[in-house]
Amino acid sequence: MRGDISGRRRESPGCTVEKPGSGATAIEERDEEMYTAGIDVGSITAKAAVFKDGAVLGTKVIFTGYSAGDAGRRVYEELLGELGLDASSVSRIVSTGYGRNSVTFASKAMTEIICHGAGAHFLNPHVRSVIDVGGQDSKVIILNGEGRVSDFAMNDKCAAGTGRFLEVMARALEVDLADFGQLSLVSDEPSRISSICTVFAESEVISLISKGEQRKNIIAGIHDAVASRIAALAKRTGIRPPVMMTGGVARNIGVVKALERKLELPIEVLESAQTNGAIGAAVIAARHG
Amino acid sequence: MTESAAGRDKRKFASAKKMRDIMTSYYIEAKSAKETGKKVAWITSGGPVEPLIAMDIIPVYPENHGAMIGASKMGGNLCEKAGEMGYSDDLCSYARADIACSLVNGGPIGGLPAPDMLICCNNICGTVLKWYEIQARYYKVPLFIFDTPFCHTGYGDEVKRYVRRQIDEYIAFLEESSGKKFDHDRMMEVGKYSVEAQVLWQSVLDTAMTKPSPMTCFDAFFFLALIVTLRGMEVTVDFYRGLLEEMRERVKEGIGAVPRERYRLLWDNLPIWYRIKWLSDIFTAHEACLVADTYTSAWCGQLKYMDEGRFLDSMAEGYTRVYLNIGVDEMIKSVLEMVDKYGVDGFVMHSNRSCKPYSLGQYDIRRAVQEKRGIPSVIIESHMVDDRSFSESQAETRIDAFMEILRESKGKRGA
Repeated sequence: MRGDISGRRRESPGCTVEKPGSGATAIEERDEEMYTAGIDVGSITAKAAVFKDGAVLGTKVIFTGYSAGDAGRRVYEELLGELGLDASSVSRIVSTGYGRNSVTFASKAMTEIICHGAGAHFLNPHVRSVIDVGGQDSKVIILNGEGRVSDFAMNDKCAAGTGRFLEVMARALEVDLADFGQLSLVSDEPSRISSICTVFAESEVISLISKGEQRKNIIAGIHDAVASRIAALAKRTGIRPPVMMTGGVARNIGVVKALERKLELPIEVLESAQTNGAIGAAVIAARHG
Repeated sequence: MTESAAGRDKRKFASAKKMRDIMTSYYIEAKSAKETGKKVAWITSGGPVEPLIAMDIIPVYPENHGAMIGASKMGGNLCEKAGEMGYSDDLCSYARADIACSLVNGGPIGGLPAPDMLICCNNICGTVLKWYEIQARYYKVPLFIFDTPFCHTGYGDEVKRYVRRQIDEYIAFLEESSGKKFDHDRMMEVGKYSVEAQVLWQSVLDTAMTKPSPMTCFDAFFFLALIVTLRGMEVTVDFYRGLLEEMRERVKEGIGAVPRERYRLLWDNLPIWYRIKWLSDIFTAHEACLVADTYTSAWCGQLKYMDEGRFLDSMAEGYTRVYLNIGVDEMIKSVLEMVDKYGVDGFVMHSNRSCKPYSLGQYDIRRAVQEKRGIPSVIIESHMVDDRSFSESQAETRIDAFMEILRESKGKRGA
């Protein structure tokens, strides 16, 4: 299963601005007249979301660059500008992601684990497991019936199984990362990438290239390797359906398909996968307003 | 979390200076053994030290030294040196730091005094066998291996006879290596002090049952040094008597180790020695007190097997049935007892790549604790001494998320 849920807001990975109220889903404990914001500063991209009346008004994604604090401020200000909002109308901001503590103007910093859980629960209250794969880590988040996080696991401090791993591989293969997903789907015989280390896997890929292996097969092999690591983490944590995948890597259809095969479970991916953490942060900001 | 200077002073332990002084004299005595004509034996942390004390041989602990190296943040460099010598980064970082230190005399005290003999007890791990063999070759000194079979469940008669016999062999080894006769009366006295110190150490740890707890596991990691290195000595008994008094005084006055203690946590595995303060600060900021741990209780957890009247016989069982030498089911039982005893809300597990016997089975223990007590847990990965292996932002995110879950599960709104 891929796509969003009927009646819910969709957005492009860049920015979509929606009219307040369109496709809105009511949440509990909301404050009718309050704008809240979520800012998710990750290792590669910074994301922002603005929320009002139980609906996401808009989201924005930029590259984080050198300064996490600047990126958090910039993505927020740019989004406010696009929405025509003044900062004074936002009553509460929750920051999240690796740079969460650098967003000094936020009301509170929360981890991306809680925020991705909240985002996924808001967008689909039935979801019981979230697989979030971002630039530098992968996480499996288990939600209870109330949508609260009951358990989570993160990858070991290693780039394998993360967005950074895919970036390194894309460079080695001289393929645009955006084409990775589709290319892998046409592979008829995925290569075997046995290494569990990014550095070693890169040299494995280079040796496959020199042997004349087709790109699509190598890419499919890379996706299988990434999916294996994430699936092991997911199974160890006790993954249960329905499963949603979030984070930048969810945009890669090849990884999603490989994961579905390994887990033998359908995975829901929304258009907002990459901004899910920021949306969750904005939802939490509204909940605790 | 900021606190006034007066508040911080109130939380300081008067016993800390006393312990530093005792440890300093101990290391000075050990390092001047050549001049005073005393023998030095290196011994593993779980090894039977009492016969050494009874023979007036100075026990020296490469593992305690490893902890000091880690706490002084000197582990990374020494482990790098071990890497140059050909030792893999996957090995125990105590072993790596110690082996490298022997060559360069590095670390906070300029290396350990050279040993006259080595005592290796494998009740804590298998690494110590190779580690001590390497050191025996390097220093060209005799090595005694005290072999304690793994106790999956009970303690059978064969094991009992096998281990007990080794105590006699151990004593014969000490007599031969030191050229002195073993004194059984002195041994009884040392045994009495050892049991007494263990009882006192357990009582110190038990004060953490009080809410708020007068101490954290980070304090226990510090005050542990004497029970590890000098159990069986009178000075150790005196010290823990004083520490217990201080703890009880704090309990009486309601002084908590963490200001505004709201969450009580259990720590599993060895400390991350180079991050003690960082961890302590981060949990304090979350108003969480690590009230107990599975590690420091290892030096009094065998009291149920000990009998000072027949010390050597009971010691055989006590040293064989330590936490790291029992099956996972037994470990789970022990962890659940601690959860109940100390009123624990959450479980913090250090998956310590240095210590395989401690870290293997953690996921099973974690699942059992979650199922049987319904409390959340978090796993942090590192090597206990090699600071090159620690990822701060990963650990911070995990701890923060764990505390957010804990806050919600205790029904307290975080924002």
